[in-house]
Amino acid sequence: MTVKAGEPKSRLDPEPIARRDFLGMSSLIAMAGTLLFSVLGMLRLPKAAVLSSPSKKFSVKLPEALSAGEAFVPPGRAVALFRDGEGVFAISTICTHLGCVVKPMPDGFECPCHGSRFGVDGAVSRGPAPRALDWLKVSSKGDSWVVDEEKKVPPGTKEKA
Amino acid sequence: MSTPVIEKNQAMQVFKDNLRAAPRRLLDATFRSGKPNTDRKRSTFVFSNLFLHLHSVRTHRWTLKWSTTAGLGIATTAAFLITLVTGVLLMFYYKPYPDVAYDSIKDIHFVVPTGRFIRNIHRWAANVMVVAVILHMARVFYTAAYRKPREFNWLIGMGLFVITLGLSFTGYLLPWDQLAYWAITIGANIAQSPREVTDALGITDWFDPGGFQRLLLLGSDVVGVEALIRFYLLHIMLLPLALAALMGVHFWRIRKDGGMVRPADADSRLEPRSSEEIYPVFTDAPAKTYQLAAIVRGKTSAVGRGPENTLPSMPHLFYAELAVLMLTTLICVGLSLISDAPLKELANPAVPENPAKAPWYFLGLQEMVAFSAVMGGIGIPSLVIIGLGLIPFLDREEAGTGEWFGGTGGWPLVRKSIFVGLASAILIEAFVIRFGWIREWFPHVPQLVITLINPGTLLTLIYGLYSVWLVRRYNSTRAGAMGLFTVFLCGFVVLTIIGTYFRGPNWVFYWSPADWPKH
Ligand code: HEM
Ligand code: FES
Repeated sequence: MTVKAGEPKSRLDPEPIARRDFLGMSSLIAMAGTLLFSVLGMLRLPKAAVLSSPSKKFSVKLPEALSAGEAFVPPGRAVALFRDGEGVFAISTICTHLGCVVKPMPDGFECPCHGSRFGVDGAVSRGPAPRALDWLKVSSKGDSWVVDEEKKVPPGTKEKA
Repeated sequence: MSTPVIEKNQAMQVFKDNLRAAPRRLLDATFRSGKPNTDRKRSTFVFSNLFLHLHSVRTHRWTLKWSTTAGLGIATTAAFLITLVTGVLLMFYYKPYPDVAYDSIKDIHFVVPTGRFIRNIHRWAANVMVVAVILHMARVFYTAAYRKPREFNWLIGMGLFVITLGLSFTGYLLPWDQLAYWAITIGANIAQSPREVTDALGITDWFDPGGFQRLLLLGSDVVGVEALIRFYLLHIMLLPLALAALMGVHFWRIRKDGGMVRPADADSRLEPRSSEEIYPVFTDAPAKTYQLAAIVRGKTSAVGRGPENTLPSMPHLFYAELAVLMLTTLICVGLSLISDAPLKELANPAVPENPAKAPWYFLGLQEMVAFSAVMGGIGIPSLVIIGLGLIPFLDREEAGTGEWFGGTGGWPLVRKSIFVGLASAILIEAFVIRFGWIREWFPHVPQLVITLINPGTLLTLIYGLYSVWLVRRYNSTRAGAMGLFTVFLCGFVVLTIIGTYFRGPNWVFYWSPADWPKH
């Protein structure tokens, strides 16, 4: 039986798709699929597999005269190091609000950008910062200290000399 | 077979004549329609030119009144063209690489002939464009010009608005000075701020849209060379192309939507034309049939009807547009002579600029971000954009279309809303500045509470409730829309002014910069 497009026999018997239409539709769908996949492929480009960022691990010598509660900020680093009776610890000085560099003060830290304040242990005391400053992993190596800015440790973790 | 006899040297003579006539013919070829001194020539002048034919050949007299558009769309276009020209000039010297970028801007500013002037104009025109686009949007809103059939063009306009802000923001990074570096750091971290919520819910490790957005923007986890290249690409290629394309659609839609909006009774309200404006319109015999008119929607063309209330676009509309272009240029150049574009010290990732301020039109946002990053930076702005986009679909009334403050409520409602908008924003700000906010009273309150309940969300809530109240009080969606638009505009103004003039180091409130502590 030859079937003509555009002449459905009944509503329950849907109009068959003519062969040309079928081929045309398939190629259109195939093209749309190809386009979609190539776009998805291109979307992967902006996210590099390896990020070019400076090393997050550095070693530093603490000054002899560093007293308890006094912060030592190695030049060019966003980390404050402290030494007290229990050992050495490092607190990140990157504000947890929007990433400005906080300033160590006698009573904690102060952010210049939107006025967040943090206690000496990094806990938020006022302002918009959503969480405490990060404590970072410190390990001793000879007479210097290695800080790994990528490894967070629970607040209160101190490294014995 | 007879070939025409060419006399000796006749071709030479033709050549000489042609040469002599060349300048005149060049002129004819350029101005193909001849001197526009009849209506048909004026029309040809418009539609035989690619750029001019975005206009219709005749323009309604209502459109030509200054009060209809205030020329603000054209002013925006003009400012864009100015940034385009000056931007290309700056590209001769600018190098998108950290540190080198700073030096090249310094060269442009201090060494390159006219460099500082061009840089100033670029910077000022960008600012003028932001102001103009906001005012233009307000004009479209208050004349209810977003209504059917112009809903789609309103949406295109929203796209233009967002891209305009994007252009300004990406440009702000390019000098790589302290101002730029810290504004981008803050901006990128706003993109990351959904973490405020995912952290509070403890799901950041496996669902981190914020981190992804930031990574996409910066191309790295620090603000560095990748970020600068990305912002440069956006600033000089992607965003301008997108803007130009959308502008094309915007202008084309204006024509397809029947030109500028005007009140239904505009014709009877216009004063009768002065006698010198009345001249026969159809002086030439028709050179075309009107059958094409059958395939377009809308009323039939004006065959056989008397002259309408329209004037030839050349010169009436074009001269007005040129005047706006000249005025915009004058403003940009004038401002550039008065005030130089800023350039702070070289970017220093170890020491933030204090106060670190974004460009002025983002300072309202920065003010809200200082309450909660994710709400102020992403939540509320998205809500505003979605709300603006919905306006034409929620207000389907017809009264007052094309009138300033047209529709239910009118100017008295707008006046009332201005008061409500200003007062609630100022009161809430004053309260926070004087008494602080939840964390200062209860230091251990969970972050999620502050994210949800902060001065920014509170103000948004008040504004929302106010406009719902208006809808019921006036029994009109237009009244609600007009109230909502007005209060948000006022909130924006208040927050921007506070962020610009009253915030000093550590984002502390100061009455004047003279009170800032010296450091
Ligand atoms: C780069 C940004 C923009 C440019 C260059 C631009 C340009 C223009 C121009 C030249 C006009 C002609 C009338 C006039 O001058 O007012 C116009 C009309 C219009 N614009 Fe825009 N515009 C921009 C952004 C926007 C925005 C942000 C909106 C609203 C969200 C918008 C919505 C409209 C509408 C609905 C009309 C038609 C108004 C009417 O019929 O009276 N545009 N635009
Ligand atoms: S970045 Fe520290 S308070 Fe905003």
